[in-house]
Amino acid sequence: MPELKSGSRLKSAVCEGEVMVVSAPPADVEITCGGTAMFASGGEGVAAEIDPEQAVGIAIGKRYITEDESLEVLCVKAGQGSLAVDGALLLQKDTKKLPKTD
Amino acid sequence: MNIMMLLEMAGGVFPDRPAFTDCSSGQSLTYAQLFEAARYRAASVRASGAERLVKLDVSNLGTPLSLFTSAWAGVPYVPLNYRLTDTEIEALLKRVTPAYLVTQAERAVRLGGLDGVLPVSSAAFLADNLHPHPVAEEWSMDPDEIAVLLFTSGTTGEPKAAVLRHKHLVAYILSSVEFACAEEQEAALVCVPPYHIAGIAAILSSVYSARHVIQLPNFTPQAWLEAARKYAVTTAFLVPTMLARIVDHLEGESTAGLPHLKNLSYGGGKMPLSVIHKAMQLLPDTDFSNAYGLTETSSTIAVLGPAEHRTAQASDDADVRRRLVSVGQPLPGVEIEIRNDQGEPLGPGERGEIYVRGEQVSGEYEGRGSATDADGWFATRDAGSIDEQGYLFLEGRADDVIVRGGENLSPGEIEDVLLAHPAVLDAAVVGVPDEQWGEGVAAALVARKGMQIDGVELQAYVKEQLRSSRVPQMIAVWDELPYNETGKLLRRVVKARLIDQSVD
Repeated sequence: MPELKSGSRLKSAVCEGEVMVVSAPPADVEITCGGTAMFASGGEGVAAEIDPEQAVGIAIGKRYITEDESLEVLCVKAGQGSLAVDGALLLQKDTKKLPKTD
Repeated sequence: MNIMMLLEMAGGVFPDRPAFTDCSSGQSLTYAQLFEAARYRAASVRASGAERLVKLDVSNLGTPLSLFTSAWAGVPYVPLNYRLTDTEIEALLKRVTPAYLVTQAERAVRLGGLDGVLPVSSAAFLADNLHPHPVAEEWSMDPDEIAVLLFTSGTTGEPKAAVLRHKHLVAYILSSVEFACAEEQEAALVCVPPYHIAGIAAILSSVYSARHVIQLPNFTPQAWLEAARKYAVTTAFLVPTMLARIVDHLEGESTAGLPHLKNLSYGGGKMPLSVIHKAMQLLPDTDFSNAYGLTETSSTIAVLGPAEHRTAQASDDADVRRRLVSVGQPLPGVEIEIRNDQGEPLGPGERGEIYVRGEQVSGEYEGRGSATDADGWFATRDAGSIDEQGYLFLEGRADDVIVRGGENLSPGEIEDVLLAHPAVLDAAVVGVPDEQWGEGVAAALVARKGMQIDGVELQAYVKEQLRSSRVPQMIAVWDELPYNETGKLLRRVVKARLIDQSVD
């Protein structure tokens, strides 16, 4: 299981999807994409089939959180798989739009 | 976590969109070209053995390229002020060796003899054929690596190098910018110096928005207006003195304003009320935002937005109108508190020092560690207050407070009154030594064209509105006040000149 800490980058084993961990819970958790565990960027992953039940997809630039908000990731590459922790799908975080200042 | 990731994301979605255009040369780089160029420069920097990438030049395509090259190569980016003398630059360069120095051709020759400095001309840095090898590895995702070292202007003694790590800059961008939110035809006009935090924030915000940046290296109101019209600029950032000069210029023009300009934000110094009022009248369709931030906080921490500008301008309520001089409310993820001399939090309307906390706050200087306290709060040394509705008002630097007979006086409060007088164009209030009171209030003023300033009348004018302790005992009328190139009033210079004048 790849170490989950703020800043680390994970790749999907079922699609092109990639995420960066924005904030991580203190206890180790496993993030899955399309039903299969994600692996650390730079590491080796075994390609797997996408679970059709977890194939809504992730969109680049969107942030995803667990229901208790203990884990937050940023999608840095879009993919077809959906993110989940312990079988529970992550939720897309609503971000507030701000006036442009620089 | 690495700022390179921001460019990678934008390049992945809009590879062929123009990323940066240098107004003076007319040259451009697309997002994909900028990403690829950084990959090749990163290999050159790695091969050189340099531990810092120093950029010493006006804004050009080499500016964003240096920033992203540094991030990919894993060395801090150090932009230096090209207005400094060679002697001053040599002193700073000695603190950042071994350094890969990207600079103007003449300076590359002059500074080439320094130990541990590898000079490369800006033209050679941009030339693809001189960087034949791409870097093999990806960039580091360690959030604690240093992204930028920024020398602060240094109020006293040696300049300090503020440390901004990848985690600070990325946190700032993620909390304030929506990814790829810019439309194809949008363009941002950037004229702040590249060695200023606002210049770095402008690059990162625009890249994450996938917005085209137009670089204007040397600001004049004419050049700015010309570029804004030529490139149909939709977004721009200005320091108050720049906006004041543009407003002056627009007033004298017969042609109709800036129809494409949707957003105009300003910050970096105190905006005179008369300037922002006039700007809003001249550009009624433009959204204005006031941003307050510091180098040590990765740029903006509070914003007064467009709706608040319009409400304040249209209101008859004095408290709501006053909001036009506020810097608004904290960004998401940023907490702001006002504290007294003992470090205790103060209530609404009370003046004290501004403290800030959040993931984008570094508060760290090289060789001195972090200046944040155990709970992560950073003391800004700026004085201010927060009103009942949570709007933050700046009252100058905490060090600028005048202590007259044990009473703390805020120069900003007195300046606001002076600036409201019809004969006064600009005003600076400082403390000068006084035998009786310890410090006395002195004012340097600039008269409006064709107007005379009557010192006695002005003293009576201030006394009508404020307590008598705040009436300037000395009033000097100058042709202009001293500002640095980013529009910061040089209070120390004002003070020294006023003390000189009082002795004469």
